[in-house]
Amino acid sequence: MILAHRSLEAGSLQLEIKLVDALIQSKPKARQRLLLEAGIVAAIALLLLFVIPPILVGSGQGFRVNLLGRYLALAIAALGIDLIWGFTGILSLGHGVFFALGGYSLAMFLLLQLPDGQLPDFFSPYGVTELPWLWQPFYSLPFTLFAIVFIPTIVAAILGYLVFRNRIRGVYFSILTQAALIVFFNFFNGQQKLINGTNGLKTDTATIFGQTVSSPPIQAFLYTLTILLLVGGYALSRWLTSGRSGRLLVAVRDDEARMRFSGYDPTMFKVLVFAISAGLAGIAGALYTVQSGIITPQAMNIAFSIEMVIWVAVGGRATIVGAILGTLIVNFAKSILSEQYAQIWYFFQGGLFLIVVTVLPGGILGWLREDGVRLVRSQINKRRPLQTYPSLEEDPDVQYERKNLTNRESDR
Amino acid sequence: MSEKILQIENLTVNFDGFRALNNLNFSLDTGELRVIIGPNGAGKTTFLDVITGKTKPTTGQVTFKGKSIKGNVEYQIARLGVGRKFQTPRIYLNLTPRENLELSCNRYKNVWNALFGKPSSAERRTVAGLIETIGLETKADLKAALLSHGEKQRLEIGMLVAQSPDLLLVDEPVAGLTDEETENVGNLLLALAESHSIIVIEHDMEFVRQIARKVTVLHQGTVLCEGSMDEVQNDPRVIEVYLGKQEDDHAAA
Repeated sequence: MILAHRSLEAGSLQLEIKLVDALIQSKPKARQRLLLEAGIVAAIALLLLFVIPPILVGSGQGFRVNLLGRYLALAIAALGIDLIWGFTGILSLGHGVFFALGGYSLAMFLLLQLPDGQLPDFFSPYGVTELPWLWQPFYSLPFTLFAIVFIPTIVAAILGYLVFRNRIRGVYFSILTQAALIVFFNFFNGQQKLINGTNGLKTDTATIFGQTVSSPPIQAFLYTLTILLLVGGYALSRWLTSGRSGRLLVAVRDDEARMRFSGYDPTMFKVLVFAISAGLAGIAGALYTVQSGIITPQAMNIAFSIEMVIWVAVGGRATIVGAILGTLIVNFAKSILSEQYAQIWYFFQGGLFLIVVTVLPGGILGWLREDGVRLVRSQINKRRPLQTYPSLEEDPDVQYERKNLTNRESDR
Repeated sequence: MSEKILQIENLTVNFDGFRALNNLNFSLDTGELRVIIGPNGAGKTTFLDVITGKTKPTTGQVTFKGKSIKGNVEYQIARLGVGRKFQTPRIYLNLTPRENLELSCNRYKNVWNALFGKPSSAERRTVAGLIETIGLETKADLKAALLSHGEKQRLEIGMLVAQSPDLLLVDEPVAGLTDEETENVGNLLLALAESHSIIVIEHDMEFVRQIARKVTVLHQGTVLCEGSMDEVQNDPRVIEVYLGKQEDDHAAA
C-alpha cells in the first residue's frame, strides 16, 4: 500500500503505458459488445415485426397482435419509470398524467381530421358550436408530434423543478406525484365541453390518410411505429445510463448530499431525468391510445400509475430490458388470466407484487443475473464468481461485517 | 503565506433558541493545517455546516478567499473550492472507486457535460494517480460497497482531493479505524497539507498530536482558546472543560 504522497509526474510514464494497454484492450471489446447488443435488439425487433404477427394470426390469435402492440407501447412508459425510479431512485406514482397528456394530444389531432368547418361529434350534445382555442393548434401534425413528447416533458420539468429545488424527496415526492395525478384526473374529468370529460376521446372511428384508425393497414403501421420507437427509447435509455450521466444518476440514488458537496447540483439532473421519463410516457400514451381506440381520464387512474411501477419491479429495477420484459409479462398475464377468471387478476397482481418485493427484490432479470447464474454454476459444481478474494468472500465473519457495518446514515 | 483563506466573524447559529454557534470568530491562513477539538455539542459539525452552506448563519459572516459566501448553496460553495469529508464515509456505494473519483475530478459539473462530456486523458491520469495515493489499486474496479471502512474513508479523502479544492474540511477522519489505519490517514493528511489548507475535526488525541500544528478548542459554540498542542493542553480553561466532561469525551472516542 503506497500512502506517501506522490507527485503525479513521477508515476505518469508507467501510467501512460497502463492506460495505453487498457485502451487497446477495452476499446474494441466495448465496441464489439455494443455491436452485439445492437444486433440482438435488431433481431428481436425483426422477430416482433415479421415473425410473431403471422404466427399469432395463423393460430387464430390475431387479436393478440393488437394487444402486443399496446403492451409494447406501455413498455416505452416503463422505460421512463426505470430511468426515474430504477436508476435515479425517485419513485413517481404519477406518470399517468404524462401518459394521458400524450394520448389526448394525438386523439385531438385525429378527431380534427374532418372536412372544413365540422366539429368532432361529441361537441354537439354540449351545445358547443365553435372549436375551443385549446384544440386549434392540433390541426397541425408537426405541432401534435411536438406536443406528444414535449407537453409532458415541459409539465414534468416545471413540476420537477419546483419539487426538487425544495429538496422534497422519497415518500413525500411520491405523494406529491399522486396529488398531481388526482388534480389532473379531476380536471380532465370535469371538462365535458372541452374534452368530453369522463367519456374521453374515441379515436378508432377517426380517419387518417383516408382510412379509419382502426383499419388493419393503419394498425399495422402503428404496430411497426411502436416497435421502432421502443427501440429508440431503449437506445436513449442505454445512452443515458451509461458513461458519465449514468454514473451521475446512480450517484443521485446513492448519496445526493455527497454530490452536492462535490459541486454538482442534483436538482438539474433529477429534473432532466424526470422530464425525459415523462416524454417517454407521453409517447407511450399516444401509441397506446391509437391502438386501443380511446383515451379517457381513466389513464390517470391511481392504480394504473402504480401498475407501471409494478411492471418495472417485476422485470427488474435498473436493468432497462427488465422494464420491457416486465411490462409484457404482467400485461399478458393480466389479459390471459382475466379471460379465464374475470375477477382473479387483482389478487394475482397483488400477489405478484408481494412476491417480487419479498422474494425477488431484483425482479426477474435481477434474479437471473445473480442467483440464476449461481444456481446453474452450483449445479455443474463450479465455484461462485468472486469479486475480491476467496479468503474474504467465503469468510462468514467478513460477510457479516459487510452486511451490517456498511454506511450508516448518521449525518445525513 | 499570511493571507487568510477563511475568515469568520461574529458567527451565530440559532436553532429555535439553542445557540449551536455563539458569536464565533475564526480565521485560517492559506496553507495552514488546523485541528479543531472540543467536547460533544461544542458546535464543531455545525461549524462545518455553515462553511459549506448546509446551514445558514443567523448572524455573522463567512469570507472565503476574500469573498463572502452568503447566498451560495452547497454545490456553489463546493465549486468555489471547499471540499468536505463527512464523519461516516459518504461515497457512491454502487460505483467503483475509479468512477467515484472520476465524478469528483470532473471540472465541468453541469448537465450538458454529463451527457456529452468524456473524461479527458489528464483527468484519467489524475484519477489513476489518486488511486495509487490512497492505496486502492487492486480494488479500483470493484463496487465501493465492497470496501472496508478504512478503505472507504481513504476513498472519500481521495474524492476530496480529486475535486482539487483550496480548503479541505475533514470531519473525524479516523473514527472507527485501527491504529495502523489511523496513522495512514494521518500521513495522508500531512502530505495533503503541503498543497492545501485543511481543517480537521477530531476527538482522538493521539491522532491530533500526530498531525496538529495549531489547535482550536471549541466550547459551547465559541472559541475557547487557540494555540499549539502543548499550550492548549496546559490551558486551565481547557482542562476544566474536558475534565468536567470526561465521560462525554470517552463516549465520543
